[in-house]
Amino acid sequence: MIEVKNLKKSFGSNEVLKDINAFINPKEVVVVIGPSGSGKSTFLRCLNLLESITAGHVTIEGVDITDKKTDINKVRTEVGMVFQQFNLFPHKTVIDNIMLAPMRVRKLSAEEAREKGLELLRKVGLKEKADAYPDSLSGGQKQRVAIARALAMEPKIMLFDEPTSALDPEMVGEVLEVMKQLALEGMTMVVVTHEMGFAREVGDRVLFMDGGYIVEENEPKQLFENPQHDRTKSFLSKVL
Amino acid sequence: MDFRFDILVEYIPFFVKGTLLTIGLSLVGILIGTVLGLLIGLGKMMRNKPIAFLCSCYITFFRGTPLYVQLLLIHFGVVPLLTGNTNGILASIIALSLIAGAYISEIFRAGIQSIDKGQMEAARSLGMNHVQSMKDVILPQAFKRMIPPLGNEFIVLIKESSLASLVAAPELMYYGRALGSQYFRVWEPYLTAALIYLVLTTSLSYLLNRLERRLATE
Repeated sequence: MIEVKNLKKSFGSNEVLKDINAFINPKEVVVVIGPSGSGKSTFLRCLNLLESITAGHVTIEGVDITDKKTDINKVRTEVGMVFQQFNLFPHKTVIDNIMLAPMRVRKLSAEEAREKGLELLRKVGLKEKADAYPDSLSGGQKQRVAIARALAMEPKIMLFDEPTSALDPEMVGEVLEVMKQLALEGMTMVVVTHEMGFAREVGDRVLFMDGGYIVEENEPKQLFENPQHDRTKSFLSKVL
Repeated sequence: MDFRFDILVEYIPFFVKGTLLTIGLSLVGILIGTVLGLLIGLGKMMRNKPIAFLCSCYITFFRGTPLYVQLLLIHFGVVPLLTGNTNGILASIIALSLIAGAYISEIFRAGIQSIDKGQMEAARSLGMNHVQSMKDVILPQAFKRMIPPLGNEFIVLIKESSLASLVAAPELMYYGRALGSQYFRVWEPYLTAALIYLVLTTSLSYLLNRLERRLATE
């Protein structure tokens, strides 16, 4: 579904991703962990080209997104993203946040988009907030709306960039619950997170990144209980 | 100090005419200046280097030289060159629009760049293209932030339109000066003009305040 080959990314002279090779299979939940500055968010943002790629190839559903001829807007309709800072549109109500892209990009009518939006809000447990503005919501509610907004495009893949890192601790659970539900429904997901419990419980595979490389990858149970690499061991000893 | 209301009464029709032209000059200046400002502001943010440079030069010149100098250049130089005649009203409209465009372009640019980059990323990640994201996500938010500085600029423009009297455009200050020199009076014409300008500028800030409150999202 996603294949990453020799991916490199530099910001000026600072090489953040040094040589990344990875694949993500359909319906798989891949969790990316690692210390801050390890390049895991940059890696995720390269998958929908929010960061330009310095070298290497990323192929999504057989389409090489690094190819100049690829219509990146079309690729992005299949790849939803959820951000650490939610990035809801503050000038629009919750339902309008969700309806905007399906109407503009998928050319849905307002009625169709609204119907789908309300259904998604019901799914994330926020149907009664449809006409509220984002500023009146709690962090956890905002993130659930952001997930619904991404799902409204009916993506095949969902990217989560530290979705619970900006939340108060008591709100982390409600967001993880929605993500878990999504995983159970068979969504292909790539999740950058510090929530080791989620990685262990929901992840099919865990990638450990450090210094711009994927140092180690394995099933969660194996990686957490029997890490092979010294850097993995040292990281896990600090976070577990 | 005596205050001669009789000469004011005599000049009422002129003050009315002058005020109408002041309002007209300001409105046209604001409208053209805003359109120009949006274009120049977007131009300066473009990746196309020559266009960005030209827009930068425009802003530097019109923001860096006095309106009075620009007005004289346009009145005695540019307008006769284009039309063969001098025309105070036309010259004033051009000069006010051009200087307003320079200031407003920076207001637009600041407004757009003040929007968190996560907003553009979120819109693009949903598959919207750059133009759609600008129009539906960035500009509506930027516009709200631009209202206070735009209001400032509009008020400055109303006041600066008084310079049009120096190229014989018969606006408010033109008649104020006429009254002053006809009767050798100071307080009556200039206090009256000041009062009328105050009414114009305070009405405008009242309207903009209401607009700002209507756009509030909470």
